[in-house]
Amino acid sequence: MSQRITVVEKILGANEQLAAENNKILNRSGVFGLNLMASPGAGKTSLIENTIRRLGDQLRIAVVDGDIATSIDADRAAAAGAIAVQINTGGECHLDAVMLGQALDALDLTLVDLLIVENVGNLICPANFQLGTHKSVLIASIPEGDDKPYKYPGMYQGVDALVINKTDLLPYIDFDMDYFRRGVEALNPNLITFPLSCKTREGMDSWLDWVAEVSAEDQG
Amino acid sequence: MHELMVTENILEITLRHAKQAGDVRVTDLYLVVGELSSVIDDSVQFYWDFVSEGTSAEGAKLHFRRIPAEFTCNNCGKTYHLTDNLTCPECESSDTRIIAGREFSLEAIEVSEDLPESPLVVADPGEGP
Repeated sequence: MSQRITVVEKILGANEQLAAENNKILNRSGVFGLNLMASPGAGKTSLIENTIRRLGDQLRIAVVDGDIATSIDADRAAAAGAIAVQINTGGECHLDAVMLGQALDALDLTLVDLLIVENVGNLICPANFQLGTHKSVLIASIPEGDDKPYKYPGMYQGVDALVINKTDLLPYIDFDMDYFRRGVEALNPNLITFPLSCKTREGMDSWLDWVAEVSAEDQG
Repeated sequence: MHELMVTENILEITLRHAKQAGDVRVTDLYLVVGELSSVIDDSVQFYWDFVSEGTSAEGAKLHFRRIPAEFTCNNCGKTYHLTDNLTCPECESSDTRIIAGREFSLEAIEVSEDLPESPLVVADPGEGP
C-alpha cells in the first residue's frame, strides 16, 4: 500500500527562519546589517577597509568575514579599525543563517551600529541563503568582464545595490559598460549602482553616503 | 556546490513528515527545482544515497520537477523563457521581471507501510564505479 503525502515545504525554509531570527537580534540592538557578496578578488575586503576608514568615526562598525580558511580578511578589517569576527566555513561555498547567528553570539552588539558581513567569494551560492541582514550588496569589478549579469542572473537579481569596482582599469580592459548595464537592468530594474575605484577612491563618496544613509534608517 | 547540506535538509523534512504519518517507510520524493536555484539533480541524488542510509527513507527514489526560468516583459506583457541577452524577444525591452525559476521545495512524499526490502536484494551488480 502506497500513499502520497503532500508536503510543500521550502528546502531552505529552516535557513529562512533562522535568518528571520538573526534579523530580530539585529533590530533589537539597533544594528544595521549589510551582506556583501562578490566573486573572489572583486574587492570586498578593500571596499570594507575603505568604508571602515571613512565612516569609522561616525559609525561603530563590526565585520563578519566568511572564508573557507585563514583569517586574512578579518585581520585586515581589524587593522582598519573594526571589531572583526572570522568564520571559517570549512569548505562551504556560502555563509548561512546558522553561521551568522554564531558570529552574532560572539559579538557585543550594543557596541555596534553597522554590521558588515563579507560573504564567501562566489557568484552562485550566497544568493540562495538569506542571512537576516537588512540589505544585500553585490560588488562586481571591471576585470571580471561585462558578461557576468548574463551568466549569474540569480546573484544580480537578488541584491539591493551594486558596486562596480576597479573603474580605474576601464582604459585597459574591453569592458562594455552599456552591455553590462543592460543585463543588470533586465534582472534588477532601477538597481542603485556605485561605479568606483578602491585604489584611486574615485566614486567612493556616493557609496559612503549611501551606507551612512541606509544605516541610519531601518533600525528597529 | 552545497548539495550535501541541501540534501540533509531534504532528509530532515522528509523524515519529519514520515514520522507524522506514523513512522512509515518513504519510497518516493517529489522535488520542485527552479532553473535559477543552482541545484544540480545528479549531485543531490549522489548525496541522497549516503545521507538516507539507515533511515526510513533509505533508497527512496527522487523525482525532480524542473521549473524553467520565466520572465514577463513589463513593456509589452510577453512571457518568455530565459534568453541569452535577458531582454524581451518581442520588443527588446529590458524592463522585465522574473516570474518563475527560483523554486526549491519538497512537494510531496510517497510512503509505504510494507516492510523494507533487504538492501542485499536491491544491490545492482551492473553499476560499476
